[in-house]
Amino acid sequence: MSQVEKPTVIPLKHPRESLLREERLPHIWCSGCGIGTALNCFIGALEKSGLPWDKVAIVSGIGCAGRAAGYIKLDSFHTTHGRAIPFATGLRLANPELKVVIFSGDGDLIAIGGNHFIHAARRNIDMTVICVNNFNYGMTGGQVGPTTPAMAKTTTSPYGNSEHPFNLPYLAAASGAVYVARWTTLHVRRLERSLTEALLKEGFSFVEVISPCPTYFDRMNRLGEGLDMMKSYQESSEIVHGFDPRKADIDLRGKIIVGKFIDIEKPTYLDFQKEIQARVEGEPS
Amino acid sequence: MSGDIACAEGALSAGCRFFAGYPITPATEIAERMAERMPQLGGVYIQMEDEIASMNAILGASWGGLRAMTATSGPGFSLMMENLGLGIMTETPCVLVNVQRGGPSTGLPTLVGQGDMMQARWGTHGVYEIIALSPSSPQEFFDLTVRAFNLAEKYRTPVLVMADEVVGHMTERVTIPEEVPCFPRRKPEFPPGDRSSFPPDEDLVPPMANVGEGYHIHVTGLTHDERGYPVTDEVTQERLVRRLVEKIRGHKKDIIRLEEKGVEGAEVIVCSYGISARVGLWAVELAKREGIKAGMLKLLTVWPFPEERVREVASKVKAFVVPEINYGQIALEVERSAGGRAEVIPLNHMGGGLHEPEDILKAIRKAAR
Repeated sequence: MSQVEKPTVIPLKHPRESLLREERLPHIWCSGCGIGTALNCFIGALEKSGLPWDKVAIVSGIGCAGRAAGYIKLDSFHTTHGRAIPFATGLRLANPELKVVIFSGDGDLIAIGGNHFIHAARRNIDMTVICVNNFNYGMTGGQVGPTTPAMAKTTTSPYGNSEHPFNLPYLAAASGAVYVARWTTLHVRRLERSLTEALLKEGFSFVEVISPCPTYFDRMNRLGEGLDMMKSYQESSEIVHGFDPRKADIDLRGKIIVGKFIDIEKPTYLDFQKEIQARVEGEPS
Repeated sequence: MSGDIACAEGALSAGCRFFAGYPITPATEIAERMAERMPQLGGVYIQMEDEIASMNAILGASWGGLRAMTATSGPGFSLMMENLGLGIMTETPCVLVNVQRGGPSTGLPTLVGQGDMMQARWGTHGVYEIIALSPSSPQEFFDLTVRAFNLAEKYRTPVLVMADEVVGHMTERVTIPEEVPCFPRRKPEFPPGDRSSFPPDEDLVPPMANVGEGYHIHVTGLTHDERGYPVTDEVTQERLVRRLVEKIRGHKKDIIRLEEKGVEGAEVIVCSYGISARVGLWAVELAKREGIKAGMLKLLTVWPFPEERVREVASKVKAFVVPEINYGQIALEVERSAGGRAEVIPLNHMGGGLHEPEDILKAIRKAAR
């Protein structure tokens, strides 16, 4: 028997190693899934933002996107289903030095966590919410969710979905978000830029990231593999900055309007708090 | 001051600087007091959209470095169960006050109940141990709230204060000491960047790094290893969950506080907690006047249950009378601990009012015969 020479191993460095918990890789996401792309863009945005990493915390809920917090080398929290936002609210208010980012999915943030989402936006609490929208519950095997387009098939809507989906930018804007953008995982550079803006924005900023789910949603609806989804995003998406979010609905095979929809100034929760603090201190006790 | 106000003041004395809550009778006064006092002390008061959010917000605030509390009653307590579990799993110090009212469901919003005692013990899913204290006066509500904060930090766990509507709303003199004991947060001894693992100390409680200190901690509700990373297998589950239970069970002596009156030489013991213990004590005094050898065992700590002491007492007495405003919850624990050595007589009141001392007295008389 001849001896096979051991090949030289060249240690590869991950381009995002500075912010990834490499000991936790490989990640759990399927091939063709967009969550990794969204995470990559977030890390890029964080690097560009110039924010001190020790003062940035990431909070996730439950689900595929909810696993993101576990891969990032920041103070990171993987909370219960739907509860990332109220957890982050407590964290943010307890330590005003912190920048708090919520990275989670559509089911987590908008179905079970929907009430928390609208109230955090209403309060204009200083936080960035990144919502990876893959139109279904991936972690549990592809069930219908609050963003599943009407008539789309999932494992719990096998004949088609009889509900209207939420239009997330409209929901965020109507609830009071001061920054609202939507991109697909095809638009990596624009997404990264948007996330940088969102991170530096004071108040409640929201970025929706449309992502493929080749294992469940895309397969159930015969939309193709990950690469087909990229092609479809290229064909069906249209960039319209300042677009009226009321009209930004998404159909199963229709046009996807992307861009920065809302970027306004409004006093944040902490601005009001400062005013109240001054009022309290001004009064003789 | 009222019990609810005493609770809020106790929390503030103990260094609580974050309160998240949602209005609910009969605990609303705690939130109102906190809303008034927190800005005066540079603390945070926030009214959340519901009790699920309130519970989560105090967990977040605790990791942000503040002593944090919420207060509620039955319906809100039910909503908090989900993330009480997250607090236990992530070993997050915080205090949850339940001013109990009559239930189930909306029940008796303005009237007394003690029906949540087993929910306190078993309300969130999975395997765990919990610490719950129960005050029977505004002064005790103050003192036990202080104690709850210290136990929470010492054992890195949520601590419950199980009060009731009568104790919350009654007004009595409360002495606020100049200084109260303060157990500081258990911080890691190594600088940030060295390690990301936080093994438990000898007492099974690990140190805790706050957010923003540079440790880049990971915290998850999933079964996890000492780095905080999810490892969902049998071995890790055994190691983690057994420690979470044992860190409390192994320190029962430190955690359990009882108030005993005339237990030595007694034939009948009234064993109770909260407002029912006060009515019970009255009945004990009446029984003594009649020459009955009666004693009182008041549970200031309800969970973990003082089974060793109850067993010891059981071997020396004829019976326990257990008045409580529910269909018999703690009576089951007394029965279990007594293990047949003494008779256990539950005295159940469905809520909306208190026991008549006369009814407890009758039970004592019968048991003494």
